[in-house]
Amino acid sequence: MRNLLPVLTVVAAIIALWYGAAIMLNSTWAQDKATRAGTTLSMTELITDTWSQKKPKLPVPHQVAAEIWQTTVEKKITSKRSLIYHAGITFSSTMLGFVMGTALGIALAIGIVFNRTMDMSVMPWVIASQTIPILAIAPMIIVVLNAVGISGLLPKAMISMYLSFFPVVVGMVKGLRSPSHMQLDQMRTWHASASQTFWRLRLPSSMPYLFTSLKVAMAASLVGAIVGELPTGAVAGLGARLLAGSYYGQTIQIWSALVMAAALAAGLVSIIGLVQRLTLKRMGMA
Amino acid sequence: MNDQPVVTAENLSLTFETSDGPVHALKDVNLEVHKGDFVSFIGPSGCGKTTFLRVMADLEQQTAGTITVNGVSPEEARKSRAYGYVFQAAGLYPWRTIGGNIRLPLEIMGYDKADQDQRVKRVLELVDLAGFEKKFPWQLSGGMQQRASIARALAFDADILLMDEPFGALDEIVRDHLNEQLLSLWDKTHKTICFVTHSIPEAVYLSTKIVVMSPRPGRITDVIDSPLPRERPLEIRDTPEFIEIAHRVRDGLRAGHGDD
Ligand SMILES: Nc1ncnc2c1ncn2[C@@H]1O[C@H](COP(=O)(O)OP(=O)(O)O)[C@@H](O)[C@H]1O
Ligand SMILES: [Mg+2]
Repeated sequence: MRNLLPVLTVVAAIIALWYGAAIMLNSTWAQDKATRAGTTLSMTELITDTWSQKKPKLPVPHQVAAEIWQTTVEKKITSKRSLIYHAGITFSSTMLGFVMGTALGIALAIGIVFNRTMDMSVMPWVIASQTIPILAIAPMIIVVLNAVGISGLLPKAMISMYLSFFPVVVGMVKGLRSPSHMQLDQMRTWHASASQTFWRLRLPSSMPYLFTSLKVAMAASLVGAIVGELPTGAVAGLGARLLAGSYYGQTIQIWSALVMAAALAAGLVSIIGLVQRLTLKRMGMA
Repeated sequence: MNDQPVVTAENLSLTFETSDGPVHALKDVNLEVHKGDFVSFIGPSGCGKTTFLRVMADLEQQTAGTITVNGVSPEEARKSRAYGYVFQAAGLYPWRTIGGNIRLPLEIMGYDKADQDQRVKRVLELVDLAGFEKKFPWQLSGGMQQRASIARALAFDADILLMDEPFGALDEIVRDHLNEQLLSLWDKTHKTICFVTHSIPEAVYLSTKIVVMSPRPGRITDVIDSPLPRERPLEIRDTPEFIEIAHRVRDGLRAGHGDD
């Protein structure tokens, strides 16, 4: 209860600011309209207008909420106008990319930890890969893969993978190296093989690092999926909704897609958080 | 039978090359440990006790001299799983039960499942932890965890036990109790034990042979063969013989300090 009050206060302040900002940003349009119609607006009329325009510069929360309600609850999931349908498409490429990125990240981390040559040669490339702006290479990946006949989910998932393998590599390298000298010496006294040391000591020790990386990777993967949907000609997905919305000035649609994306990210990350808590608790590491 | 050498070190030296110049952790160490001995290594910190144990265990390599363990090089001894090593910290895996922790070396060494079960049960009884097999490390006190780590080192067929200040982090009452248990364990298992400590009473109470060391460079200043009987109740610490040996150890430690 005591934690709730400050949170609610902040939320209330943000919403108040939001409504205020909407009045300021949308009033020009309202005034222009009134001038053209040869009328003048009272303060109340002005406010009501800025909060209920069809294509406002900044839609207000209740407009976004209403749009989300209409495009989720009041539409069939299979409908092209259902936000859940679009979120589902983004979700599937996010998940595929996340799984591929996690697998790639773990594989690279294992290579880096067990092989000195890989440690020296791969890590710089891993870091370099993340300095290239994703927006620059996303269309290339889509186009190149399309040219070789791969389209649909996979190209988008590749972009998600490209963004999500990085935190996994970094976290897992650290995690697999987290056993102490004493623990590694102990294994040596038992004449344990590298794979026995890996499965019994290094991998379990890396779990806290893995989960932290997975949270970052999941968020990155969602960003990747949305970015991947932008150059696909705006067919489907939250990214497509964002793009279509900006073509036609449908700001309410943009905002509701953004809110949906944020909710999806929050949901996915908190599922990982939950699995993390349960796993680490069971492992006696939390 | 009792004079078969288990460890033989001749002119053993180990110099660490560090950025501040060479550190002579061990210099011309000569020592013979016999089968069934309980040997304590005592000396101020930095005198090379840990280093000597680690050379025996093939966790560190000497820079001069020779050492054999069970008649072979430390590396061969390690690969044939000739010794169990107990570190200062229990180092139990939090994600494994006490039984699972003791099972760990057995899994690695490929003992079959039925044998593992039977060995875990036996060593848990040996260290007085029967009934704790299913508990997790965090459910046990520090002393119990250290006992579990000793059980882990006893579970496989190594006849040498190397222990580096295993009770160093525990309070004196727990320590007394563990020392008593360790002696009875040594008596029951006929293992050869090399034990590092910096407590004089602990060294005298436990050992058949006390190796006194001094630092810079790390070397042996005295080797005392204890005249105390194998049967040692805690009260033996008040006998004149005990006090006499303790005196000799203290003199040895002081002499080591005198010449730097
Ligand atoms: N890996 C190492 N590198 C450099 N110096 C070391 C290393 N290990 C131990 N030493 C040095 O060797 C000396 C003996 O150390 P150690 O055997 O740990 O002593 P003790 O166990 O008797 O306290 C100390 O001066 C220590 O600083
Ligand atoms: Mg030491």
